[in-house]
Amino acid sequence: MASTSVATAPGRSAWDGGVSPMGASYGKLMMWFFLLSDAFTFSALLITYGLVRSAHPVYTGTVHAFKFSAGYWPIPERVFEAVPFLHGVEAPLVFVGIMTFILIMSSVTMVLAVEAGHRMDRKAVEKWMLWTILGGAAFLSCQAWEWSHFIHGSETGRAVVEGTKFFGANLVHNQYGPPDFAAFFFFITGFHGFHVFSGVCLNFLIYYNTVMGVYERRGHYEMVEKVGLYWHFVDLVWVFVFTFFYLV
Amino acid sequence: MAHAHQETVHVNVLPPDRAKIKKLWMTALILLIITILEFIVAFTVPHEYKDLRVWIFITMTIVKAAYIVGEFMHLRYEVKVLIWSILIPMVFIVWMLVAFLYEGMAISSVR
Repeated sequence: MASTSVATAPGRSAWDGGVSPMGASYGKLMMWFFLLSDAFTFSALLITYGLVRSAHPVYTGTVHAFKFSAGYWPIPERVFEAVPFLHGVEAPLVFVGIMTFILIMSSVTMVLAVEAGHRMDRKAVEKWMLWTILGGAAFLSCQAWEWSHFIHGSETGRAVVEGTKFFGANLVHNQYGPPDFAAFFFFITGFHGFHVFSGVCLNFLIYYNTVMGVYERRGHYEMVEKVGLYWHFVDLVWVFVFTFFYLV
Repeated sequence: MAHAHQETVHVNVLPPDRAKIKKLWMTALILLIITILEFIVAFTVPHEYKDLRVWIFITMTIVKAAYIVGEFMHLRYEVKVLIWSILIPMVFIVWMLVAFLYEGMAISSVR
């Protein structure tokens, strides 16, 4: 199926009124434009990260010999290499990979809920919404662990003055690199995490309304579609955060 | 409660659209494969080839974004006006990206 077109009476344009020229309801359209503005916000954050990072000195040695220092920007894979229950094991980016997997899977279950909504299949919408909520909650839990680990720091820490060491991170100092590094970590992943949190709340609302039969009485499940758009956007942002914060 | 005495509504539940569901799972599989490839690149291509790594990552990210927006968010199947209304403003992001990275490199060369 190619892109749909809007049916209009002969001699009249889709913009003369009476039809939706964009073939989408008001609510869905506004969700799209909200997400567009949200895309600007996240781009601004990630691009500013790029600016600040490129303004800092680059570490030139080998990855193996890398040591934390405030003098250059850290290599992300040496910062994020811890996994829960595997204490002391260096597993670069594995945990972030698991988080990415969880978020992609929850996006799939969301789109399956939307598909079930099109068929007016209440039971299936309930099932897939529950999986989506579960995925969102799992992602948030992972992020809570990651934040906690980032704040408390690794066992090695970083030597600050002769004989003293600094562990973990706060908004002023951190063991990983320049102060801006931790500030960006908190701001970017925090802002994204808050979006995930709002998404889980919205998903729960949709689930509740579905169970109560609100959409069945209304005759359509468009709300699932609208909140679905938001949820996919959260996944989309994570794809960019994953690349520009963790991989590059 | 206005709807307290409402009868149970009769809904016509349609059978699952197998072809569509299969397509959605295929999209998910593609996203996962690209993510795995990103990991492979991250640990096999040496850090000395920084530009190459960055460009591979950016390309893969844009491919992933296209699948999420096109298939999951269904944008591919919307009316053309809607598609362009969402895509054209992305020019501002590209503009900001170019301007800020240029600025960042200027700052680091001044230092």
